[in-house]
Amino acid sequence: MFKKVRFLFVKELIQTLRDRRMRMTLIIPPIFQLIVFGYAANMDVRHIRTAIRDLDQSVSSRDLIGRFSGSKYFDVVAFPQNPEEVKDLINRGDVILSIEIPTDFSRRLKKGDTATVQIVFDGTESNTVFIALGYANQILSDYSTEILVKRLNRAGMTDVEQVGVDLRQRTWYNPNFESRLFYVPGVIASIAFLIPIILTAQAIVREREIGTLEQIMVTPIKSWELMLGKTLPFALVGLFDVIMIALIGIFWFEVPLRGNPLVLLLGAVLFLMSSVAIGLFISTICSTQQQAQISTFFFVMPAFTLSGFAFPIENMPEWIQFLTYANPLRYFLVIIRGVFLKANGLNILWPQMLALGILGTLMTLLSSLRFQKRLK
Amino acid sequence: MKPSRTWAVAKKEFFHIYRDPRSLALVILMPAILMLLFGYAVTLDVKKVSMAVLDRDKGQESLDFIHRFSASPYFRLRYFAQDEKEMKRLIDKGDVKMGLVIPWDFSKTIKAEKVVPVQVLLDGTDSNTANIILGYVQAITRQYSQEKTFLKISRMGITNVSLPIDGRPRVWFNEELESKNYFVPGLVAVIISIIGVLLTGQVIVREWEKGTMELLISTPVRKGELMIGKLFPYFFLGLLDLLLAVFMGKLVFQVPLRGSIALLIGLSGIYIVVALALGLTISTIARTQLQANQLAMVIGFLPTFLLSGFTFVISNMPVWLQAITYVIAPRYYVSILKEIFLKGVGFSFLWRETLILMGIAIVGLWVATRSFKKELR
Repeated sequence: MFKKVRFLFVKELIQTLRDRRMRMTLIIPPIFQLIVFGYAANMDVRHIRTAIRDLDQSVSSRDLIGRFSGSKYFDVVAFPQNPEEVKDLINRGDVILSIEIPTDFSRRLKKGDTATVQIVFDGTESNTVFIALGYANQILSDYSTEILVKRLNRAGMTDVEQVGVDLRQRTWYNPNFESRLFYVPGVIASIAFLIPIILTAQAIVREREIGTLEQIMVTPIKSWELMLGKTLPFALVGLFDVIMIALIGIFWFEVPLRGNPLVLLLGAVLFLMSSVAIGLFISTICSTQQQAQISTFFFVMPAFTLSGFAFPIENMPEWIQFLTYANPLRYFLVIIRGVFLKANGLNILWPQMLALGILGTLMTLLSSLRFQKRLK
Repeated sequence: MKPSRTWAVAKKEFFHIYRDPRSLALVILMPAILMLLFGYAVTLDVKKVSMAVLDRDKGQESLDFIHRFSASPYFRLRYFAQDEKEMKRLIDKGDVKMGLVIPWDFSKTIKAEKVVPVQVLLDGTDSNTANIILGYVQAITRQYSQEKTFLKISRMGITNVSLPIDGRPRVWFNEELESKNYFVPGLVAVIISIIGVLLTGQVIVREWEKGTMELLISTPVRKGELMIGKLFPYFFLGLLDLLLAVFMGKLVFQVPLRGSIALLIGLSGIYIVVALALGLTISTIARTQLQANQLAMVIGFLPTFLLSGFTFVISNMPVWLQAITYVIAPRYYVSILKEIFLKGVGFSFLWRETLILMGIAIVGLWVATRSFKKELR
């Protein structure tokens, strides 16, 4: 009985791995993704291109400029002479922000008044600007406090100290805010999602397109055996890909695997059940490989965007957050990041495991029912 | 070149798309779905961060300090942890992203007008979000400390102290810093690449795979006519999608379109040619439709999505990767789109990008023509 499944299993593996292009598909897109997300998807904002228009040209104004150019966040790259030049610099995208120090800057400071400093931001890259805004405020406020203390000292109050809160920041799991540590585990999950879907859908539709599915149907194989034989090898290939990418992630990108690899493996197996089931489902609604490709695209695009892979789910509108509960990728991302970075064990990850188990079973049931109906 | 023969090929291509509901869906539905996802569902704006507090003081001052967080739209106070262990568990489970640990002498120290250390615990898993949250925490505590300091100063009898520097930030082009304004313009490039590369990637290889290429070869249609006839419908679809995306962006998602729409369409025309040339080249290289699709994904779609500056800011990438982006045509188009949409700049600011795109279009067409052969393989 399992002999037939085994035959089919071996045949599918051979057919997939024999094809040079198929082998490329298994290797190149995952590595491409790994490179992009390991290196490119960096939201850590540094070297913000800054222009400064210093109308005052005094010691104090140069002191303030030094605060910006001396910080690791800002690169002062231009000193525009007039407002038109500021506008040009920003319009061309040469700088992201421009600081204007007014003519009366040092005079007002000496008099004990408030001096205004205007900062114009190019809001096109909203996220970068948001972070830059925080850094700029920090620098201005530190400078401001320093001057204030000096003033009070001069007024004869030597024991003036600041009152308030001193923040002691401790960031767990990723103390240097490296986005690599966030994305690389995500890429592993995305591979485990994508590869089995593509392979399963294509393998079945290919046979249907070429007409060999009918030939298999006349052999004494049962439909569940056919299904197992058509899905298991791709789950296995998916698992292999996951392990390969995980190893590259750990050794090349230096993403720490802090938790138990077995917990990860359990999560991966439960998750692959859903991926394979989605592939099987797509195969039942397509007659040609071309259709399968397009349908896969339709499935995968929203599933990725709404998984928390790159965009946090908590920021989405409520009803869309609700939709994401049906997305198996969502749970696996929590598991994989939890195991990699937080060393989470089953005591914390059981709800996600349970959800994956339930979703996987439901999807497998639904897909196999459709598959059998389609065969008849 | 005979227009009638070109037209016949174009008409045939139109029918191909028209008759295949899935391709049609890719043309009409996919842009709408992408718009919905990136204009509405997905946002980088971090709000309502769930947080926990471990208040060891439980005094009036500590409550006042906590209130600054719970009253802010950026935080949502979810838990009062009882001890450090519970705090750790809340962050471990991902129930909260940030935790404040307030020491037992908080109120006492504040009343004594001294500085008190407060610990912020952050879940750094999502580094970007963590960074933004840290910014919020710093802003709130800065405000708090400033207020307390001023209170002290005025109590000491100096009432006319003013803050030495008043920073006045002003954000141009995207005043509310909404991420949809960042995503939607660039999305147009992604949508065009779907038509230009994914669909066009099929046109030649399909004929080979179905065996109809031999028939085509035996007809008097010339190579140039065949190419133009095949591309014409897709150029048209590309324009259609462009308009669809622009109108959806403007009317449904209210992304400002500040520049000239004629300029936008004109420059988009050049980019569509680039995308089509890439698609045609893929189609002539590939042996099967499947292969064409995979090539289109890897060299057409993914770079447009990830390396063009659409999702990830190019200037944050490592230098060697930034160098690679210079040969990726979508990079120039995405920057053109953002500048026309948000900044409303004219051609005088965009001529460099335009020239480069035109250069790439010419090279692309040349490569496509070279690799396309009207003979049996």
